[in-house]
Amino acid sequence: MRLRTRALAEFVIERALFLCAATSIFVTLGIVFVLVFETGAFLREVSVFEFLFGTEWTPLFYDKHFGVLPLVVGTLLASAIAMIVALPAGLLTAIYLSEYASSGVRRVVRPVLEVLAGIPTVVYGYFALQFVTPLLQGFVPGLAGFNALGPGIVMGIMILPLVSSLSEDALHSVPNGLREGAYALGATRMQTSLRVVVPAAFSGISAAAILAVSRAIGETMIVAIAAGQQPRLTFDPRVPVETMTAYIVQVSLGDTPAGTLEYRTIFAVGMLLFLSTFALNIVSNWLRNRFREEYA
Amino acid sequence: MRSILSGACVAVTVAITGCGGGGPAAQVITIDGSSTVFPVTEAMAEEFRNANPGARITVGISGTGGGFQKFCRDEIDISDASRPIGASEQEACAKAGVEYIELPVAYDGLAVVVHSKNTWASSMTIAELKRLWEPAAQGTITRWNQIRSGWPDREIRLFGAGVDSGTFDYFTEAIVGTATRSRGDYTSSEDDNVIVQGVSGDEYALGYFGYAYYEENRDRLTLVAIDDGDDANGRGPIAPSPQTVRDGTYHPLSRPIFIYAKVAALERPEVRDFVEFYLGEGVPLVREVGYVALTDAELALVRARFAARTTGTMYDGPSSQTTITLEQRLSR
Repeated sequence: MRLRTRALAEFVIERALFLCAATSIFVTLGIVFVLVFETGAFLREVSVFEFLFGTEWTPLFYDKHFGVLPLVVGTLLASAIAMIVALPAGLLTAIYLSEYASSGVRRVVRPVLEVLAGIPTVVYGYFALQFVTPLLQGFVPGLAGFNALGPGIVMGIMILPLVSSLSEDALHSVPNGLREGAYALGATRMQTSLRVVVPAAFSGISAAAILAVSRAIGETMIVAIAAGQQPRLTFDPRVPVETMTAYIVQVSLGDTPAGTLEYRTIFAVGMLLFLSTFALNIVSNWLRNRFREEYA
Repeated sequence: MRSILSGACVAVTVAITGCGGGGPAAQVITIDGSSTVFPVTEAMAEEFRNANPGARITVGISGTGGGFQKFCRDEIDISDASRPIGASEQEACAKAGVEYIELPVAYDGLAVVVHSKNTWASSMTIAELKRLWEPAAQGTITRWNQIRSGWPDREIRLFGAGVDSGTFDYFTEAIVGTATRSRGDYTSSEDDNVIVQGVSGDEYALGYFGYAYYEENRDRLTLVAIDDGDDANGRGPIAPSPQTVRDGTYHPLSRPIFIYAKVAALERPEVRDFVEFYLGEGVPLVREVGYVALTDAELALVRARFAARTTGTMYDGPSSQTTITLEQRLSR
């Protein structure tokens, strides 16, 4: 009797846990379904070609154009600036923490770095708008109040801990045998780190970098606050641009009537955003798995 | 000229009866109409409710036209309007037997602003503004010297109202000629603070928003005086100020805004009290929410008009809104 109760309880618990796991899958599927459905409705009215390769984006105005390139370029520009900041700084931090720092230093620095990731992005946004941009205006000529540079740099600071802690994990799990081998051959610590450990952890570091790019592309609040809201096809980091995420925020906050073409633009843009981050995450996962296999 | 960020809520129930105590339950005061007037009426309703805890007021934002439609079908007590009642609306009201009192409550002005280091664009004509903001300008008029030769050969960075704001409708109608027709390649935001931020941070920027926001940020921005080319409204370029917004010489970017009170509804004490509050104790709220208040003389005339229950509109006939001042019109 007791055994049967126990089996029943086990069964119920198992099912309940399965349902919990399934919920997140169903929610994801639901989101994908809505995106596909609304994007389909959008693409019946606007050709894919015009959407992907048009150079003007003014769906809310009298003279409507549906070329998403200005938003894509704005997104890439801000993300590229973020990566220029986050990648070298994150990687060097990781090398220091993994190869040089004493365990005491490591125990302090790592959590402090991770605090950066815990700062709400809205705070970063105002930091970019009210502090970093005015600071940069002191020596960058022609820097507008809203621009890609300030929020890009701040976004880089935000994703720095992501890059450093994932890269550090990768560096740390390089077997000590490789280091010892290098030392035995007379290599210095620097040579060991840069020529042996880093290449050995390369796929893990790449995975971290790609994940960081994906995070930068999807970042919303910082760019919505500090980069401006003008879809503009430019690689000039000094002028206002609009990213895909910022556009979605702008339309969602207004009262564009549901079901109109203007409204569907946010789903089309959302779909594009989803596909790019999805692809990047898959590549990142694949790289990480490959790296695990090597030394497992 | 506050923007209505979450315009999705069509009717905001400002006050829900809070006291279960005695006294005859007051009926709901129903108000609808312009989203431009909404911030004033909403503030009034909130303060009125604070003073009269039993009061129930709903304020909708169907737009001036939508508000008059409901008003003339006898569905609401008060109509918010950012322009005087039109001829066809007057007919509709007459047909339904709806009598109304027209009450100007504030002035609404739009400021065109540039960076405080901008030394060239101290004034612009309506034609120049139109050339800059009309849909045809999109992607073609992008440099200052394309607007007036002699101005810098630098890119002009534009900031303006978002398409969901009343400011956008008003500006495009006054400048381009047709409401909602505008170029689209500018930084558009329903939040006027974003525009202030953008223009004050960029030497080659130009933007527009409600005059009240200029007053709050006057040290960071420079006003552009507007020349409407019509000497009847004052000669040459005129910058907005409480004075020029009130007397209509800051044309065409200033206008009075109104409420229309239904005479039949004024028999209900709560409606009468509310309108009296609107024209009396509530007046300081006008400035608080960002509009230019009427002068004391005008206010006295408006109160007299209400006390005398003078029905009908002051804007009959072909004369435009700005050829005579509101004070002259009220005292006719």
